[in-house]
Amino acid sequence: MTAKEKAWNIAGKVFVYGMLSLLFLITFLPFWNIFVLSINEASDTLRGGVALWPRAPTFDSYITVLKDPEIIGSLGITLLRTVVGVPFSVIIIAMLAYGLSRNGLVGKRAINFFFVFTMMFSGGMIPKYMVIRSLGLLDNFWVFILPDLVNIFWMMLIRTYMEGLPRELEESARIDGANDLVIFLRVILPICVPVLATVIMFSAIYHWNSWYDSYIYTSSQNLKTLSSVLVKILNQYQTGGMLSQAQQMAASAKRLPVSSESIRMTVTMVATLPIVMVYPLVQKYFISGMMVGSVKD
Amino acid sequence: MNTAVKVPKRKMEAPKKLLQQMYRQRYIYLLMLPAIIWALLFCYAPLAGLYMAFVDFKLALGDFWHRLFTSEFVGLQWFKYFFSGQDFFRVMRNTLVSSVLTLSMKFVVPVFIAILMNEVRNVHFKKIVQTASYLPYFVSWVIAANIITTLLSSGGAINQLLLNLHIIKESIPFLQQGKYFWGIVAVSNTWKDMGYNSIIYLAAITAVNPELFEAAQVDGASRIKQIWHILLPAIKPTIIIMMILSIGDLLNTGFDQFFLLGNSMTREFSDVIDTYSFRYGIQNGMYSYATAVGLFKSVVALILVSGANALAKKTENSHLF
Repeated sequence: MTAKEKAWNIAGKVFVYGMLSLLFLITFLPFWNIFVLSINEASDTLRGGVALWPRAPTFDSYITVLKDPEIIGSLGITLLRTVVGVPFSVIIIAMLAYGLSRNGLVGKRAINFFFVFTMMFSGGMIPKYMVIRSLGLLDNFWVFILPDLVNIFWMMLIRTYMEGLPRELEESARIDGANDLVIFLRVILPICVPVLATVIMFSAIYHWNSWYDSYIYTSSQNLKTLSSVLVKILNQYQTGGMLSQAQQMAASAKRLPVSSESIRMTVTMVATLPIVMVYPLVQKYFISGMMVGSVKD
Repeated sequence: MNTAVKVPKRKMEAPKKLLQQMYRQRYIYLLMLPAIIWALLFCYAPLAGLYMAFVDFKLALGDFWHRLFTSEFVGLQWFKYFFSGQDFFRVMRNTLVSSVLTLSMKFVVPVFIAILMNEVRNVHFKKIVQTASYLPYFVSWVIAANIITTLLSSGGAINQLLLNLHIIKESIPFLQQGKYFWGIVAVSNTWKDMGYNSIIYLAAITAVNPELFEAAQVDGASRIKQIWHILLPAIKPTIIIMMILSIGDLLNTGFDQFFLLGNSMTREFSDVIDTYSFRYGIQNGMYSYATAVGLFKSVVALILVSGANALAKKTENSHLF
């Protein structure tokens, strides 16, 4: 290798590692920034200059948030909808996937189209609202579970997995006199655990993150999920809370450990944390999920 | 000759056989039944509800379906109202401009990331960067909007950085000025999805035969030349397919980011079809009008999606996925 080539080689390495470090900073630092702001004293934050390291660290915002009955209630309802919604959803999706993975099922193409069409054309926001209203689901816990019960992409993920299973498994059970219900429950489901785990994770993340259903379809306070409370806090900040310079000066003169701003940061952190903890577990399934998602049939 | 005789005989028996077969498969249908009922209730019933777009529907007590089908039929009045109003131009402009901006960014960046990732030999470094870059994809838009709002606020990190670098003299309230909105949405969309979207290109790169690179190396081609002449052509089909498929989503800008990042000060630029329909329907109670706007979007989106899918199938190589 000549000296010139060597220099180019090093320059290339510097470029690759530099750009990817930049990517890391762009995606990681915003979260870090929110974390720092959530543990910095509110009045100190208002003086400005706090971005990447807390100047006056305090956990007062976290204590305030975790004592707030609204937040605690919303955490409870978010956990409840996740615990109820995920198994319910996954079992019904798996049942559908089993049916659509069977060879020689009469009407399979039609049933498949019946479901795929729902992804391509929907009634839209208002008719859906009206249907949910007419079913008596407004301000009802089941509005978190039923309207988005089945996800066609996840169904495709499970179906693809089931189609790849060896036929012999099922055939030997059939010779022993097992019917489709028994085969599904005893033979197919147990060996689908890897793909079911993936869908369980996706479904849990969906339930944890969703805000629209709680924000639009429910009005009572005890049905507000954490994310919808966070939307409310964000709206308050946008409409009234954008502090003027003078207000900021006045507020920073007083010593306030907690402000509406530090609360917003803290709730954002509380909502982010479970995702950060769960998602390294799903990471290895990303590629398969991405591949199925990109092939539409 | 024998077969010619047999065929009609078989056809005669077919309906009976079919029913027998369906009876044998009854448990399979039973397993699919809950999902079918779900689709009828939550996907197909709203389709029937689209009739709202052609009547003058007013919400009152009583059964929705009864009220819907006894409402006064007004034909295409709501559509005419939408197309002739000033809102139509504004909403379509915002939808299309944000969409095209987002799509153009969303294409270049993930390909670039995938190519860079492929050059990294240090496994730990790669793992750390990948883990961080996928994170924004998994948090909700509510969290993302809170983060973006904080970063872009007048005292936020972006303004501090620009002030310290002397690029600006005083802080800019980015989210309160409409002229920045399209750019903010495009960058936010890219920020959220770029890491995750790079996975598919990374997978395509992994599928390239390594012997091609070895041969090029023997011939003395530099790494950049290898990327340009071997790697890029190899993943070109994937890029084209992804591009075609995304055309189908041209009107599906997403509701969350516009609803959560937009505010009354930026409405001129942040109002897209979805937020417009939401505001008129759910917030102002003009249900029929909002349904008509939504239906217009759904029809155009369906045409775009089916067109894009057909085009993708045509260009698709069998070894692609």
